[in-house]
Amino acid sequence: MNLALFDIPAAVLLGQLMLGLINGAFYALLSLGLAIIFGLLKVINFAHGAQYMLGAFLALLLFRHFGIDYWTALLLVPILVGLFGCALERFLLRPVAGESHLYSLLLTFGLALIIQGTFTNLYGSSGNAYPIPAALRGALSLGFMHLPTYRAWVIVAALTVCLAAWLIIEKTRLGAYLRAGTENPQLMQAFGINIPFLVTVTYGFGVALAAFAGVLAAPLYSVSPGMGANLLIVVFAVVVIGGMGSIVGAVITGLAMGLIEGLTKVFYPQAATTVIFLVMVLVLLVKPNGLFGKEA
Amino acid sequence: MSDLHTPELEQLRLSNVHAFYGESHILHGIDMKVHRGELVTLLGRNGSGRSTILKSIMGMVGRRTGSIMINGKETATLPAFRIPRLGAGYCPEERGIFASLDVEENLLLPPTVRSGGMNLDEIYEMFPNLYERRRSQGTRLSGGEQQMLAMARILRTGANLLLLDEITEGLAPVIVQKLAEVLVKLKEKNLTIILVEQNFCFAAPLADRHYLIEHGRIIEEISAAELPGQMELLHRQLGV
Ligand SMILES: Nc1ncnc2c1ncn2[C@@H]1O[C@H](COP(=O)(O)OP(=O)(O)O)[C@@H](O)[C@H]1O
Ligand SMILES: [Mg+2]
Repeated sequence: MNLALFDIPAAVLLGQLMLGLINGAFYALLSLGLAIIFGLLKVINFAHGAQYMLGAFLALLLFRHFGIDYWTALLLVPILVGLFGCALERFLLRPVAGESHLYSLLLTFGLALIIQGTFTNLYGSSGNAYPIPAALRGALSLGFMHLPTYRAWVIVAALTVCLAAWLIIEKTRLGAYLRAGTENPQLMQAFGINIPFLVTVTYGFGVALAAFAGVLAAPLYSVSPGMGANLLIVVFAVVVIGGMGSIVGAVITGLAMGLIEGLTKVFYPQAATTVIFLVMVLVLLVKPNGLFGKEA
Repeated sequence: MSDLHTPELEQLRLSNVHAFYGESHILHGIDMKVHRGELVTLLGRNGSGRSTILKSIMGMVGRRTGSIMINGKETATLPAFRIPRLGAGYCPEERGIFASLDVEENLLLPPTVRSGGMNLDEIYEMFPNLYERRRSQGTRLSGGEQQMLAMARILRTGANLLLLDEITEGLAPVIVQKLAEVLVKLKEKNLTIILVEQNFCFAAPLADRHYLIEHGRIIEEISAAELPGQMELLHRQLGV
């Protein structure tokens, strides 16, 4: 199969699309968490990248020092980092909840710097390898390419978690509380919903999603204190394109931007790192509330 | 509930309630008492503080002082989300239908606060339109249907103290008539109702008592029996 498109072999094209889909899966997971947090708390969580890094690092440390394997970490790390997130919300974000958005923005930005700085101090800024779990080594033959099994797993796991999060939000009682609380938290209290608790849990859940992405990323990218900061810039662009606070928008845009990045690598590699920001500018010009955002 | 039919049971008592939004002092020492099964109205001009009285009861104002007892429990120190669990159900002036929820999700949203609420079938029997439109987005309903939904939503929870803010505002006469029928049924169920109303003709035949509010104070309390003699005052105060 060598269907030439602009003289580019189909295998190369499909290969890049696949890589793009993997990046997109991470964008989707991270922007989903950001969107959920922004929806209810109206907080732009600048610590999201650091919390993603925390997930990857915690998996690495648990493995190194306690021999805790990948599968356990995949479950345990999001819970631990999520609880850490709950504590951050309860003791740092809640006291500034009534203030201007600038407070929470600077607070989470400062937190990100502290977390990242602490890890750089303790472990240096170079990358650390995390072994791919035995069951996911090797590659799958897709005909047009050999896809490393772990990468296939990343796509499946990320999409499954996104789908599960969407189902929880759209189809359950808890999700209805979250949606309604996003619209009018004061009225929800007048119905007897413990909004402060819902806010804490929601922030913890968003942070847990970031940590889950971090564990998924650990065997794929090298684990380093700066790994989240670089990614977060792109993810913010994704959130802006999708529309702040739109759950479905975050996931679809995340995947789509990964694919667009992949395509750009094939056709015009020089622009691959900037194409998402280009899309962001275009979207902001045409639809300032984002592709899936509600009209203000 | 053995005390359900005790006519003089005190359901709500406000003592020297002051309420503030930021620096603005809105309520200036409200005292009122409402018995179980009573329907009282809060009458007054726009901006007199009627909605603020309801919001104070629900803990939705910036700050309040004084005492507010619901079903014999002091609420002054309770967080807002605990107040509904004492039996208070609130229907806000702006209706507060959630756009991201469909009609049935809106209906099922408020958690049950006590036993004895209406079930979904009874609600749909009382408001057949809501059944027909149960899969529609909440805010796609007509104004009248949204008002029905806002009322129905708190009837499900078993709340026995209903705070209804301007429920007839902007609605067609047939719908206002329908709401009056609903209120009569709720009175038969011995629910306690506080009604903020502009539409005096709607409120007068239903009410046991009226409080006349001006500048955040109660300036007159009028029972249904005294109403004919007080029309002069009401006319002056409200233009009715
Ligand atoms: N959220 C608020 N912040 C500041 N002032 C308010 C707020 N809500 C109402 N007020 C003021 O409180 C007063 C009473 O308002 P309200 O209770 O809504 O009156 P009513 O329901 O009788 O029309 C008005 O002067 C209004 O401007
Ligand atoms: Mg009002």
